[in-house]
Amino acid sequence: MAHNISATGDTTYTLSLQQKLATLLGFTGLFILLLATFNVSFPNKTLWLTLSLSAICVGIVWFGVNQYQNKIAGIKNDGIQFSSLTSRGILAWMLGLFLTGFYIVLYFYPQYLGLTAEDQNNTGIIALFDPLSYLLSGNPASQWFVYGTFYTIAVVFFGIKFIYKYRHNHYQRLRTFSVMFFQLGFAFLIPEFMARLNSESFSLPYYDLKNIWPLNHYNFEQYRVDEFISAGNIGIALLIFGVASIFIITPILTYKYGKRWYCSWVCGCGGLAETAGDPFRHLSDKRLSAWKVERWVVHSVVVFVVVMTTAVIYSYLGDASKGYWLTRDTFLIGVAILLTLVFAGVIVFKRNEFKKDALYGAVGYLAIILVLIGLHYFQGSQLFLFETETLRSTYGFLIGSIFAGVIGTGFYPIFGNRVWCRMGCPMAAILGFQQRLFSKFRITTNGGQCISCGNCSTYCEMGIDVRAYAQKGENIVRSSCVGCGICAAVCPRGVLKLENDSMKGRINSNDVLLGNDVDLMKLVNER
Amino acid sequence: MEHVIIIGNGISGVTAARHIRKLSDKKITIISGETDYFFSRTALMYIYMGHMNYEHTKPYEDWFWEKNRIKLKKAWVSKVSPNENKITLATGETMHYDKLIIATGSKPNKFGWPGQDLKGVQGLYSKQDLDLLEENAPNNKVCKRAVIVGGGLIGIELAEMLSTRKIPVTFLVREHNFWGNVLPEKDAKAINNHIKEHHIDLRLNTNLKEMIADKNGRVRAVVVEETGEEIACDLVGLTAGVSPNMDFLKDSGIDFGRGVKVNRFLETNFKNIYALGDCAEQQETTGERRPIEAVWYTGRMMGEVVAQTICGNKTAYKPGHWFNSAKFFDIEYQTYGWVFPQPRDGEAHFHWLHEDGKKCITINYQIASRKFVGINTFGIRMRHEVFDRWLTEKHTVDEIIENLEQAHFDPEFYKRYEKHIKEQFKNELKINA
Repeated sequence: MAHNISATGDTTYTLSLQQKLATLLGFTGLFILLLATFNVSFPNKTLWLTLSLSAICVGIVWFGVNQYQNKIAGIKNDGIQFSSLTSRGILAWMLGLFLTGFYIVLYFYPQYLGLTAEDQNNTGIIALFDPLSYLLSGNPASQWFVYGTFYTIAVVFFGIKFIYKYRHNHYQRLRTFSVMFFQLGFAFLIPEFMARLNSESFSLPYYDLKNIWPLNHYNFEQYRVDEFISAGNIGIALLIFGVASIFIITPILTYKYGKRWYCSWVCGCGGLAETAGDPFRHLSDKRLSAWKVERWVVHSVVVFVVVMTTAVIYSYLGDASKGYWLTRDTFLIGVAILLTLVFAGVIVFKRNEFKKDALYGAVGYLAIILVLIGLHYFQGSQLFLFETETLRSTYGFLIGSIFAGVIGTGFYPIFGNRVWCRMGCPMAAILGFQQRLFSKFRITTNGGQCISCGNCSTYCEMGIDVRAYAQKGENIVRSSCVGCGICAAVCPRGVLKLENDSMKGRINSNDVLLGNDVDLMKLVNER
Repeated sequence: MEHVIIIGNGISGVTAARHIRKLSDKKITIISGETDYFFSRTALMYIYMGHMNYEHTKPYEDWFWEKNRIKLKKAWVSKVSPNENKITLATGETMHYDKLIIATGSKPNKFGWPGQDLKGVQGLYSKQDLDLLEENAPNNKVCKRAVIVGGGLIGIELAEMLSTRKIPVTFLVREHNFWGNVLPEKDAKAINNHIKEHHIDLRLNTNLKEMIADKNGRVRAVVVEETGEEIACDLVGLTAGVSPNMDFLKDSGIDFGRGVKVNRFLETNFKNIYALGDCAEQQETTGERRPIEAVWYTGRMMGEVVAQTICGNKTAYKPGHWFNSAKFFDIEYQTYGWVFPQPRDGEAHFHWLHEDGKKCITINYQIASRKFVGINTFGIRMRHEVFDRWLTEKHTVDEIIENLEQAHFDPEFYKRYEKHIKEQFKNELKINA
């Protein structure tokens, strides 16, 4: 079908009058922000900021509710493939360019948003946000505060739209309420309030508690660790929490519930993808070739982040002469032992599941070990040819900014809403590794009821070919699955169910009950 | 090398091809005039509704076929010559086979209604039908009203499709209720209500008399048999069931009745010619099953069976317990075992309906032995594996109700209804005792 310039393609899917008004309202709010960006000086910043943000929020909810309110609750993906915005038409490209441009300015040219030197007052759009920032943290706004506000508004208000769209589905409602809560509370409000505690003698780094290393790749950088340690008991507690998050809390929850507890219930990146990104979920690439690329890229990022973090921590640790137990050597040996234990454990206990993926694991593992040896050999800030600092800033630039922001979110309307989570997020890769091998979570296929229609695969934001499993009667146990539950929701035949159950029989790779008599199934399974 | 030709690239033919490849090195060719590649016919509605595009409905990527050495040929077959082991294509080209599988599916029924071949009158079965629908009813300006004739699964799908493009629909159903020849009355009534809730003009006990043409030979109205009412429309959807698609076999010498006649091994009267899926007519049926089963699942099973036979392991078609599923607008339907519109002699129905009118179950059981016979579920998902086991182990209806939680398959955090169902079941037992 040819693309249509109108927002929803065919005339059948044109916007209602209310939706047009809602769009107008939302864009009015955006227009105020645009004027501010170009340094139109608003006399009463509090008033104009309130007006602008209210217009955007009300516009989003009004539009979303109006889209579904005259429809009976159920799966309503009507016209998704015809709409220019959601099928890579001109509107999608325009939105993609706008978002990408926004990220580039945000990361690399914040001065255009009105960021000024420390001792000067903000200008532009950042200045417009000063009143809100003073209200929350007592400090002037920064480009990150402006971004955080946008991000939170997107998650919360597109979240309301999503909840309304899936009002018949309790799993979707709860899950979305959860990401809205964590974004608003943990990512936005709590860190701002925490900043109020800071004084001349006491200072905590900005800390979104649910943002766990390695997604939060800077959590163990020297300045943060120094601040944590100098902030006394609270700081030490936060530092310990940061370490426990990845080494204790995460493995336990992932074992019990799969990686969904994080990726589609808690995480901010996931939160944005599931709410504002929801209309683009079907754009993910389902080809086998995309899966191959995904596995190499995402695991390379894991290796990169482990090496980078190890190097960074190594670079600020001292040697034995400082009298502190954690020396450079102890640390390196510790990392090496941990990695060896994980790898050996998998090889010993999970070798059957591991066969195909062994190569990937081995390559990553070897790379890390080699780098560790390299580190030890050079005994300094040098890592082979790179400075530790170069490694750190390269990761921050390539992965943190370009991959997660510019490509990951900017290209929502082109590549789908989970490109970052699927191809780039090291946290998702680590959780996924565990989910594949050591978790009670799976998507159960309901016997022989699959009709191969393809709704599940189409709407899988992670690009998993769900149908390939479902039509064989096989359960879906994939490391990339974030457990959003949309495959189960859109299935017209009740074939899929997300479950936590015993590890035994989780992966039923034999062709099972497709409705045949038992003798035939025996034959089919004897290959 | 033995050459297996499969006519038809639907689920039956493709399943057969895949399993033959798993079991052997035979040369395999699939011929279809409909599309280049296998797609899921059951997903046609979602293409029109804009949920998916055609590419999404292909279960295998295009490279799959070459990698598995399954040759695809796009052509219509016009003639089969069993004595020469030869087929003739519409282009005149001929092909030789060692084994031939006929898996040509169905075509929409036409019962000789006046005007049934007018422009704007169509069924919905093939990709071509979908393309035609896109021409006949692209939006509610071109198609101001549609009339659907035949209250079954395709009819209700077509109604849902058209309503997503805001095309008003009049739905003529011959029976007392939607799908009244299959569903028990109480189940069917719940669906009737849901159809009306979607602003479909549902006309029960209503037959089509004829279709009237405008001066260009396009349909402009239908006439109702009972009242003589003329309903103006731009599209007529003929969805009064399907029948085997086998016109090209007419003078071939292959035995056919309503479908291509096959024995339990899916063999026709020619030893090296098989028929499966919608177009096959079983001469000896299994249990309560009908001779012609136009169902996705049975087509798939037959494909697996015929592959075993062709690869030297002669296997009879012995389908397990009956199951099926569908979706009526927003209400999902699943069935396991047998539930008939009226309980047969010695059988009774237990019916539970949720107060919202959109969730219900009907359980069919034998009165004397209390043996569980089958269940219909609407708006509640149940576990196939559990019901299959219960049917095999011949549990009683009381055991089924008692352990209904085990069959629960709704998503997490959904409301549970087992308690209500059990309470009602116990109350009815007391009243009947």
